[in-house]
Order: sequence, then structure tokens, then C-alpha cells
Amino acid sequence: MPIKVLVAKPGLDGHDRGAKIVARALRDAGMEVVYTGLHQTPEMIVNAAIQEDVDVVGVSILSGAHMTIFPKIMTMLAEREVDDIAVVGGGVIQEADIPKLKEIGVREIFNAEASTQDLIDGIERIVAQTGRDRSRREAAGTAGAGQAASR
Amino acid sequence: MIAHRVHRDLARAISAVENGVTDYRGALARFTALGSASNGTTARKRADVIGITGPPGAGKSTLVDRLIEGVRAAGETVAVIAVDPSSPFTHGAVLGDRVRMQRHAGDPGVFIRSMASRSAGGGLAPATRDAVRLADEAGFDVVIVETVGVGQVELEIVAVADVIVVVTVPALGDGVQAIKAGLTEIADIFVVNMADRPGANASATDLKHMVREGKRDIPVLQTIAQDGTGVPELLAALNKKRDGDDSNAVRAVRFEIVRRARDEAVRGALAALDTPDAAAVLDRLRDHELTRNDAIDALQHIFGGTAHAH
Amino acid sequence: MQTTERTIADQQREWEQLTLLPFTERRPEAREAFRTQGGATLERVYTPEHVADVDYLRDIGFPGQFPYTRGPYPTMYRAQPWTMRQIAGFGTADDTNQRFRYLIAQGQTGISTDFDMPTLMGYDSDDERSEGEVGREGVAIDSVDDMLDLYAGIDLEKISVSMTINPSAWILLAMYLVTAEERGFDRKKLSGTIQNDIIKEYVAQKEWVYPPRPAMRLVRDSITYSAEHLPRYNPVNVSGYHSREAGSTAIQEVAFTLAAGIAYVEEVVKAGIDVDDFAPRLSFFFVSQIDFLEEVAKFRAARRVWARVMKERFGAKKPESMRLRFHCQTAGVSCTAREPLNNIARTAIEALAAVCGGAQSLHTNGYDEALSIPSEPAMKIALRTQQIIAEEVGIIGTIDPLAGSYALERLTSDIEKGCFDYFAEIDKRGGTIKCIEDNFLQMELADAAYDLHRRKEAGERHIVTVTKYRDESANPHVELHHVDEAASQRQLDRLAKTKANRDSAAVQKALDEVVRVAKTDENIMPATIAAVRARATGGEIIKALRPVFGTYVETPVF
Repeated sequence: MPIKVLVAKPGLDGHDRGAKIVARALRDAGMEVVYTGLHQTPEMIVNAAIQEDVDVVGVSILSGAHMTIFPKIMTMLAEREVDDIAVVGGGVIQEADIPKLKEIGVREIFNAEASTQDLIDGIERIVAQTGRDRSRREAAGTAGAGQAASR
Repeated sequence: MIAHRVHRDLARAISAVENGVTDYRGALARFTALGSASNGTTARKRADVIGITGPPGAGKSTLVDRLIEGVRAAGETVAVIAVDPSSPFTHGAVLGDRVRMQRHAGDPGVFIRSMASRSAGGGLAPATRDAVRLADEAGFDVVIVETVGVGQVELEIVAVADVIVVVTVPALGDGVQAIKAGLTEIADIFVVNMADRPGANASATDLKHMVREGKRDIPVLQTIAQDGTGVPELLAALNKKRDGDDSNAVRAVRFEIVRRARDEAVRGALAALDTPDAAAVLDRLRDHELTRNDAIDALQHIFGGTAHAH
Repeated sequence: MQTTERTIADQQREWEQLTLLPFTERRPEAREAFRTQGGATLERVYTPEHVADVDYLRDIGFPGQFPYTRGPYPTMYRAQPWTMRQIAGFGTADDTNQRFRYLIAQGQTGISTDFDMPTLMGYDSDDERSEGEVGREGVAIDSVDDMLDLYAGIDLEKISVSMTINPSAWILLAMYLVTAEERGFDRKKLSGTIQNDIIKEYVAQKEWVYPPRPAMRLVRDSITYSAEHLPRYNPVNVSGYHSREAGSTAIQEVAFTLAAGIAYVEEVVKAGIDVDDFAPRLSFFFVSQIDFLEEVAKFRAARRVWARVMKERFGAKKPESMRLRFHCQTAGVSCTAREPLNNIARTAIEALAAVCGGAQSLHTNGYDEALSIPSEPAMKIALRTQQIIAEEVGIIGTIDPLAGSYALERLTSDIEKGCFDYFAEIDKRGGTIKCIEDNFLQMELADAAYDLHRRKEAGERHIVTVTKYRDESANPHVELHHVDEAASQRQLDRLAKTKANRDSAAVQKALDEVVRVAKTDENIMPATIAAVRARATGGEIIKALRPVFGTYVETPVF
């Protein structure tokens, strides 16, 4: 099954070159990519991730607001009882902030120097390792499907 | 109102059928939150399904955005299934339709799902029909399906939607031609969008003439989805069709039966090509012992069919 | 001449056979083709043959003379060097005011203002959409009270002030005029520039509020208002920087920018203003990228193309209408986060290209460009880089020093041709605005960006320390700009104070008047100035007009 990725662009800035190149490269690597468009709030991103049921949300931030935006996304996903969508980040994120982001559950940060192949490999690895195993979730039966997948 | 949990489970159920993990019934059984709306003691009205089709660049997504606004204003909930094309080479896809519908993102009465066509023709993805049924089971009052819109005639929407809106724009010189080629048979409502552009009245007049040749009553409306002009009239026309008798259903069922028969025949032919007899014929073709026409006749004989090569 | 040319061609063939071939057989060239960053294939060697179609008097000429290839003025840097204009903006108006004063003390000759994202997008600091972004990437300006503090102590009749703002530019211009008025400066003496280039927003930078057509009306109104009241002010700065940073080619950078220029001129002429009454105040903004030769050629080509467009397409009569003046900034995207001090070298080369190309003003990036907004030490070195070029290199002594280089003249003419090809295509498709609405320019840019990206990944163009010579040891530490987390709260307090001290009824009345005017074809500037004077905020004006103008939604292309 194709991996499904949400490429999300939060914040008020319009730096979408990276996000769009990523979207195009992931598509060329055979993934199904949902692009949110610019100027998304964390709530919009979380809603889109849930409704689209993506494997991975890739958040591209160049505005410096990553320490505001990522915690909000992680909290809202938890509130909606969604614990099986991996969140990764890219853009301009200072090295000192990376451990803090990983601590709150962001799986990986791809900085501006990561090649598209790094990114494709990274996403495939995340989905293969601890990403979602849809068939296992289905097999778990009728109740609490979400929790089953996260184990 | 639709609970957040239903959004989550509907999304997961659609993935399950989309990825072939289970079928529609299996998904319903597994994601119990979905059935709760309809499994209760009171009978619920089924969702009305609106199909939006038309050539690329006609402004379908913007129009859907306006319809969402109108449906919500009338107090109904709405799910949108938007289909975008998959690359035939990489199978990847960029799904961008929801960008135009983002202002409804925080509204729990609105569910938007993008689907890659996964190489299916006809304007829908293989699992679109099941996704629509699941959205119905999840309790949405209206389901809007936006077809791929890559230019070819997309007829499969007939089997899915109760009311079909065919959207075109004035500037598309061959737009009206494309519609003549088949969409008149499936349209319940024609919309000339971007009606502030030159040629809008002419396009609408063309369509009205075309409609008059047929037997059915097909309104021809003009809209400017960008600013909402003409959308109230479209909503009114939609409501009238939704409340009227369902003549579309007959065509839809006929179409679907033909489609299934065709699919069945294709599957049969593909399976037959895998048999040793067929392989032997193809080997002889490869070795120049048979011409292409000889080979086609021979295979046709093996399959027991009656058709001949052109 | 014919005989000489043939001789050169013959000679070149002979050289290729007798000298080049035996050489490359022993030792092949490193690459089959060498291409510019913009994708143009470079000849191994350029000769007079390659520029046989270039006529000196027709195509190159003299500085300060049509077609201005060599420069807009007859003396260029021999009279005075370019304006060294380092952009600054962060935190509150007070914070940025201090940076301005520091830069002026270091010898900077003009100031340039960077606004924060909420200001740029028309949201007040207390809007929920602004959370986390107030004063972060630029300075937060909500009302004229903020602007009064922003330029406090700076003589606005002497120092030229540039403001980088677009969808809400007409409001910021109104604030600037009210600031000048309340401080007793003469409007006629105000010099400066406001970016106000909405077209490239839809194509590249993606800062927008309203759809293109009402947005064009706002630009038109500010241009016509300036033509009447602000003789020394540049009401629009048509920008190629953002398209190029977003991955366009050099040709696209110039072509899209000048196509935008054409659209503005058409819009204003349509309003009944004579082209020579406003065209002299149009200014331009390009990047200076790392591909030295192509960049110098680009600046020269831009001047030549614009001169021809103004003369031939619009029938301009005044020389000032035809001569293109531009601000330049070194390329943010060429800077790397890895080994950031290397960016000083990159920036110096880019700055030199801008000067060889005849820029009127220049911003050089700080070495920390890829990491954050610039720290004070980074800005200081960036400014010093310009000062070194002006004072030590000696290049300011002769105008357009690289002219006549076969390679440079060929590249210049090729970029010119690429521009006119684009203009023909854009005209065929119904003009610049139509091309934005139909996503044509956006798709052209997306394809170029993806192509450039792939060429980088394929190793055709290396980036030192990123794709080549990568040092895996820890990245050298540099001290970065310290984000003052308390600035946002200070700004919220400032805004609350402004709101508490104003006459709300008067504000509402002024806003109603802006809305009324917006629905007519009257110039919107006077009503906006009145609203700003009454202490209406930028966000309030933007919001009041959304029902009239609508909100733009992009159809993304990839």
C-alpha cells in the first residue's frame, strides 16, 4: 500500500518551496501526499491528519515558531486519541531545540541539508519500524482499534 | 453534530477498505462508532450523495467549498470525498483539493477525505463507493464526491451519486464539446462556473440548447464560486433534485451492472491469458509463426468468445 | 568584418582539432557540460563570433543613456557608492529602533525595515493567528504609535527609509505619512521605498490577503497617490528576489519581475495617469546569487529590457521612465547552516556581482542567515563586506567594468531574449494577472525549482560542506540572535494601551469610511490615512475590507 503523508505548512510565512519540493519528491517515490496549503493552524493540521488517516505528518516550519506549534500538534493528537500518526519536522529548526522536540514525541527532524532521498528513506523507515501496521489494527477487532495499533 | 471519534474511525475505516484490509461490511463491523448513528432504533434518512464532475480548472473544489458552506448553513452535516489522480508510473499522488476547503477545518460537522485514484479510470478511486457508504453510516447528512477531473469523461460517478452536477467554465473552448461526448447523459444540473469571464452567457445558452434536445429537466446555472455568486440558486436546485423522485437511480443501477459485467469480462480475459494454451499461442506469435490477427483469432477461440479482431 | 569573423571561426575549429582534442584525449574535462545556476549551458570559450549580433551603440551604449545596459547614471559609483542598506527588524518598535541607530552609527546610509509575519499578513499582535510569531522574524507594528517609536530620533527628511511589506503596504504607507506629519516633516522631502509588489506574492513569496484584482487596485491607489503627493518616494519596489529564492531561473527572475512591472504600468495608465508622471518612481529589487557571471549579465539585461519595454511598449518619453534602478540583496538560499562563517565568503562574491552589475542599494546577508534573523556581529561583518568592496577593491573607479567580455555580453543578450520570449507568452495568455489566476507563472516556477533541486542532488552544482567537502565533526558554534520571548507580551501591552487611549467611535467611523471608499473607485489612501490617524490598527483595516474584497485562496502547484 502506498505510504500516505500529510505535508503541512503552519505559520503565517509563505516559505513553501521546501514543502512543495518534498511533496513532489515523495509523490515521485510512490507515496500519496496530501498538501494542506499555507498558513495552517495546529488544529487544521491535526484535523487534516485524522481525516486523511495519514501515516506521517511532515511539518515544515521556517518561521521560528516551532516550539509553539509542535507541542500544540502533539497535544491535540493525544486529545483526539490518535497515537499512531508519526509527526516529523523540517525547515529551519535550531539544533538545540531538536532534543526538546523529540522529547514531546516528534519522531524526526530533517534539516535543510537533508536530501530528498534522506527524507524518503526516513519516512519509509519510520512507517516500517513503529509506524502503523494497518492490518494488525484491523485484526484487533471491533473495539479500541487505535490502541491496538500502537502497541 | 458528529463526534471527533467518529471522524477518526471513519477515516480509519476508509483506509481499511482503500487498502484492501477488509471490505465495506468488515469495516463497519470493526469500527463500531460508525454504525451507532444508523443502528439505533429510529430509522435514519440515508445520506444524499452529490457528485461534482467536470474538466480540470473548472473550479470544482472552490464550488465544493461553497456547497459545504451552504449545507452547513442549513444545519446539515457533510462529508466530502475528493479524488485526485495517481501517477500511472510511480503510483504516487499529490492530493491538493482540500486546500480550497480549509476554512471548514475546525467544524466537526464537516469531514474531508482525499483519495488517490490508484490508477482506476472513470474519475473515482476503487474504494470511493465504499467510502461514501461509510460516510453515510457515520451519520453525515450529505456526502459530496468530487471526481478526478483530468479531462476525460468520468461516468462512474453515476453509480455513486444521487445528484450529479457537471461543472464547466466559459474559457474552456472544448469544454462544451467534452460535455456533449457523454456528460449530458449523467448530468442532473449543469453549472457554468467563473461566470464573470467572457463567454459565460454563450456557454450557458449552448448548454440549454443541448439540454432541450434531451428528455430530462436539467437546469443550467451560472456561478462565481470565488465570491459565492449563484451558489444559493445551485443549492436550491440541488435541494429540489434531492427531494424529487430518483430517476437517476435507474440509470445508475443500469450503469453499475454494465460496469461490473465489463470488469468481470476483463478479469476473465486476464485469467485466460495466463493459461498454458494461451501462452503457447503467444509463444508462436513471438517466434513469428503467427501474425497478430492469427494470434487474436486463436485466443478468441480458446476463450470461446465470438468477437473478432478489428 | 565578415572576413575576420570567418577567420575566427576557422581558427576555432582548427584550435579544437589541433590543440583541444589531443589535450582532452590525454585528460578529459571534468564534466560534459558546464551550466549556469539558471541552467544555461556555457561555451568552453567565447569569441567575438559569439557576440556578432550585439551592436555596441544599439545594445550597450553609455551609462545614463538608452538602453541603460551600463547603468542608470552617467557617473555611477564615481559620484557616490551604492546605498548600504541593511535590513533590520525584530521585537517591538523600540528594539528595532536601537538596531537602526546602531547601523547608522556604523556608517550605514539608509534604513530598511523588516516586519514580523503578523504585520506582513495583516493580523494584529492580539489576533489568535499571531501567536508565537509576534516580533519574531521582524518588528511588530500594529498602529501608528508603533511606527512613531520605530523611527524615533531618525531624520526622515535625510535618511531614506525602506519598508518591506506587501498586502498591507498601503496601510503602512499611511502610517509612515502620519508619522512624518505628527513629527513635522515635509511630505515632499520624504525619500524611501515601500515594496508593495503584490504580484510576486502570488507567484513566490505567498504573503497575500485579498485576491489579485482588488489587490492590484490597492497598489494602483498608492502609486497614483504618491505620484501626486510624494515626489521623492518609490511607491512600489518590483521584486525578483523572492521568485529566485523560491527556485526560479535567472531569466524567470527578470522576466517575471518586469512582467509585474508591465502590469502595474498598465493598471496606472488605465486610471488615466501619464506614464511619465509615475514611471520614474518605479524601483526594482533583485537577488544577487552566487553564479557570478550570470548575475552580472542579469542586472545588465534587466536594465536593457526595461528601457526597451518603457520606450517601445508604453511610449515613455522621459529618460527617467526608462532607466531601471534596483536594490539588491545577496542570496539567502545560498547560505548554509553548516560552517556558517563560510557564508561571509559567499556573500562577498554575491555583493561584488551586485556592484559589477550596477546596483543602487545593497543588503548583504549575515553569516547566520540560514540559522535565524541576524545577530548584531553578523550584521556588522555584512556591512563591513560592502565597505571593503567600496573602499578597498577599486572597482568603483570605472563604470560597468566587465562590459565587452564576450561571455558576459552573450549571457546578457540571452537573458534579454529569454525575457521577451516570456513577455510574448504572457501576452498570449492574457497578461500577467491572468497568468497568476491561471497558475501559469506558479507552474513555470515550480518546474524550475524542482529542476534546480534535482541538479543539485545529482551533483551538477555542489554546495561546499553540504554536498561536497562535508565535515562530519560538530558544526562550529556561532552566537545567534537572541529571541526575546518577553517582546511579544510587551507588544500586546503597547497595543492594549493604544486601544485604551483612542476614541473608539472615531475609529469606527473612519473604518466605515474606508469600507465605503473601497466599494467605489475613489483612491483609498486618504481614507486610510484618516483611519490610521485615528489609531485604527492595521489588522482592523484589513479585516474591515475582507467582506468587500474577499480572501485569496491559493491553488497549489507542485
